Amino acid sequence: MKGKVWKFGDDVDTDVIIPGRYLVLTGEKELAEHVMEGSNPDFSKKVQKGDMIVAGKNFGCGSSREHAPIALKGAGVAAVVAESFARIFYRNSINVGLPLIEAKNTSKISQGDEVEIDMDKGILRDVTTSEEFEVVGLPEFMLQILQSGGLIPYLKENLAEIKGD
Amino acid sequence: MSMTMAEKILAKAAGKKEVGAGEIVMANIDVAMTHDLTGPLSVESFEKIGVEKVWDPEKIVVMFDHQVPADSLEAAANHITMRKFVKQQGINNFYDVREGVCHQVLPEKGHIVPGEVVVGTDSHTCTHGALGAFSTGIGSTDMAMVFATGKLWFKVPETIKFNITGALKDYVYAKDVVLNIIGTIGADGATYKACEFGGETTQKMSVSDRMVMCNMAIEMGGKTGLVEPDQKTFDYIKGRSTKSYKVMKTDLDAESLEAMDFDVSKLEPQVACPHHVDNVKPISEVEGTDIDQVFLGSCTNGRLDDLRSAAKILKGKKVSDSTRMLVIPASREIYMKAMDEGLLRTFVDSGALVCNPCCGPCLGGHIGLIGPGEVSLSTSNRNFKGRQGSPEGEVYLSSAAVAAASAIKGKVTDPRDL
Repeated sequence: MKGKVWKFGDDVDTDVIIPGRYLVLTGEKELAEHVMEGSNPDFSKKVQKGDMIVAGKNFGCGSSREHAPIALKGAGVAAVVAESFARIFYRNSINVGLPLIEAKNTSKISQGDEVEIDMDKGILRDVTTSEEFEVVGLPEFMLQILQSGGLIPYLKENLAEIKGD
Repeated sequence: MSMTMAEKILAKAAGKKEVGAGEIVMANIDVAMTHDLTGPLSVESFEKIGVEKVWDPEKIVVMFDHQVPADSLEAAANHITMRKFVKQQGINNFYDVREGVCHQVLPEKGHIVPGEVVVGTDSHTCTHGALGAFSTGIGSTDMAMVFATGKLWFKVPETIKFNITGALKDYVYAKDVVLNIIGTIGADGATYKACEFGGETTQKMSVSDRMVMCNMAIEMGGKTGLVEPDQKTFDYIKGRSTKSYKVMKTDLDAESLEAMDFDVSKLEPQVACPHHVDNVKPISEVEGTDIDQVFLGSCTNGRLDDLRSAAKILKGKKVSDSTRMLVIPASREIYMKAMDEGLLRTFVDSGALVCNPCCGPCLGGHIGLIGPGEVSLSTSNRNFKGRQGSPEGEVYLSSAAVAAASAIKGKVTDPRDL
């Protein structure tokens, strides 16, 4: 996966990703119209399908609103790279099929750079600067959910086993 | 094996003798709560799974609290979706627009007891750890899995035990203690950890104060807040719940336990400044900041204790003409008690608006939004950019007493100076 970088800082919270007043909406496209509005009003208009978000620590802190990863996915964001993620957002993203990549030293990646991610090999590369970053892999169990396309398809495949667990 | 309270509860829920931090377990869920704002997505996801009936309608609680009464056609449509779901699935624990904020109503109505696993599609579900339950916020798709199977997977968290000691000075409250902790360890200081509050100060706190502490656990990244159950817990539950329960306590030699000591005997009132909850300062550094709106309420500080401490300060005084004050009791039960005690009269007399029990301006999605350039002082739990309306507005967080004193002066005010 390869895409252009949109850069954000530390502690990007879910109110910034999608403000509370839009939570009455549930559609991916409607939510996407307001994504990151509080932090960068141009983002939703300019983001292209396949672009990636690169941020610092504690990305997605705050509310349990699944509207946040849905809005990012709806806007075409292919993956979010951050030094760390808040845990509810982390689960929600995997559950809706939005790939998250945990990597160190993301401050070395700049707005507009092109980055390439090899999920299988666990490598993140800034194509613009040729710098490589080590990626913290997902736990096996979460990887399976992501590979199924999210929790719902995963559940459909494994429902009998889980219920009879 | 020595275990923490969080480990013991998850082991029981997973049907295992013991579990350790880092282990992934499939836990049986005892209480699953959803509300009007995150409920519709949960229902939509549940319907996609293709299971017709929920696993156990008696273990599901549906609350309307974020947009009550409906303030838009979208909110009204969401309410219709949830009422239909409740009826279809035979869910009896349904609280429509009149009852109040989920994290107050659940314990009040006896849904929370020690030793159980509680999940809710709201990040402040961690509040219920105040009664010794492992309680955490989840997303809508996770809730759909719970609806379908009654189970959810968890990574067993490590525990930070906050040993809080020292007598609180006058006009210093649980809110100041927890803000001080968050300011010290940071917004990600407890990421994916259970935050257990202990020590003599916690033991002396009312259940209501313990709820304040646990409510804010998520603001340092915590998976759940927890307080070891004691007589105060049992007294609170008595007469509210008929459920039997098991009390579990942390073994002090548990491997995944980390301890942090906080002496709060010299603590001053604290204020979290824009735009992050860990941007905490003693009130002396923030005093005099002009305030356009004061909000007293929410699942953090909308309880009777909070209304009492604010009313004591506001009695016979007026809300400044340069500000406006919204008072929102967290539940109908609190609203009625506040009415009986004359507190609502005091608020209305002072010029404050008293609204129906709901989340109010806390999440900036319903009533009392702030406009560009406006400043809010709020007793709620988040001050993120745009949280209460315009992204060009600012939100400060404080105790109820600071909120009341500040409403009188129209600027951030130390209640001890009045």
